[in-house]
Amino acid sequence: MNVPPHRQPNLVAHSATIRFLHWVWVYAIGCMVFSGWQIYSASPSLPFIFPRWSGLGGWLGGALAWHFSAMWLLAVDGMAYVAYGFLSGHFRRDFGIPTARAVARDMRSALTFRLGHRIGHYNAVQRLLYLGVIGALVLQVVTGLAIWKPVQLGALVGLFGGYPIARNIHLATMFLIVSFIIVHLVLVAIFPRTLVSMIVGISAEPERRT
Amino acid sequence: MSALQGSPVVKMRDIQPELRRLQRRAFLRQGVSLGGLALLTGCDLSTSTGVDAALKSILRFDDRVQAALFSGRRLAQTYPPSAVTRPFRFNAYYAQWQVRGIPDSWRLEVAGSVSEKAPWTIPALRALPQVEQITRHICIEGWSQIGRWSGVPLRALLQRIGADLRAPFVSFRCFDGYSTSIDMASALHPQTILTLDFDGQPLTPEWGAPVRLRIPTKLGFKSAKNLQAIEVTHVFSGGYWEDQGYDWFSGV
Repeated sequence: MNVPPHRQPNLVAHSATIRFLHWVWVYAIGCMVFSGWQIYSASPSLPFIFPRWSGLGGWLGGALAWHFSAMWLLAVDGMAYVAYGFLSGHFRRDFGIPTARAVARDMRSALTFRLGHRIGHYNAVQRLLYLGVIGALVLQVVTGLAIWKPVQLGALVGLFGGYPIARNIHLATMFLIVSFIIVHLVLVAIFPRTLVSMIVGISAEPERRT
Repeated sequence: MSALQGSPVVKMRDIQPELRRLQRRAFLRQGVSLGGLALLTGCDLSTSTGVDAALKSILRFDDRVQAALFSGRRLAQTYPPSAVTRPFRFNAYYAQWQVRGIPDSWRLEVAGSVSEKAPWTIPALRALPQVEQITRHICIEGWSQIGRWSGVPLRALLQRIGADLRAPFVSFRCFDGYSTSIDMASALHPQTILTLDFDGQPLTPEWGAPVRLRIPTKLGFKSAKNLQAIEVTHVFSGGYWEDQGYDWFSGV
């Protein structure tokens, strides 16, 4: 039988490794975002601050300690995810870059609430969003390094147009990541079984013929 | 220091940092934060147990990473005179109206592992080689500004007083109650200077008179103003902000 593995109906939707890395990510990104808000609010570069109750660390020094601690967790989790994604075939199988036509088709059905969701399979819109947020996370790490070490990594901060601009790109990329998380959570609320599939191993759903 | 002796009462400025710390704790007790619900906040480095202790030990690990990333030869970017920020923003752990004047009979004391411990006057410091820099001062809060400073490379003074350059720390004590300390590698960096002039004029008290540290390879709070004493030491001494939880190395 020459059936590709993802067509086997008894394969789990998300492997234990992916589920573990996902929840570590939830914690690490949560720490980074909420401590980042507190750090930003110490000296806002734009005319707004984040509400005090949303910050992590209590004050600037505490927030920086959280930010510069959770960054290691984020980095290790991210590297483990990328290594696993390539080695296990997860990226090749699930995150092939979708064609513009497939994105247009799936986006149209998504916006008219007709796009179904099969657990363990990624439609074109999902592929685009996941690839986008992985790209945003990489950009966030790189701009973060640039503003952490603007002298030792001077070339990097120069690439982003200097320290003040790099700091604002770091802020803007945070908004992209948070926007993804909001869309992600809304979709989980619409398809609650996806939450179950990220906690326990449940089978990928077979293709339905309609 | 002698000028402070005989001051009769506790002044507001002396207890202000304490007050601020207490207010912070009160806020944490009263306030429920989103971070607190989800991520164990209340961990703000004000204790030395549990999560605070874990955070502090990761900060020490970060310090080692930062020391490894630091290069004694890599220079901070310099800018043309037209890039200097005007007006320049005042910053200290107190408000501008609380700036101290220079104490009578001020001398820059040198102490610790040095062979010549005679204190220094401003004319004596001006007789040493002078350098100028226009560099970006980056505050730990995230803002930054470009300023023009000149003075004596710290390396030149350390060599002149016969400092033990293998000692790991150089610590700075200021007559405004501030203090900080840096690693020897950063102290010997060519852009680390004992500043005498700011923007072409001798320092005034708000910019750190009579002499301040300027170290563009570290965050702004390491550039201590109003220096009283420099000590070359084998003993880690932290600093005003470092003792409250800002990371010690704070390299950029």
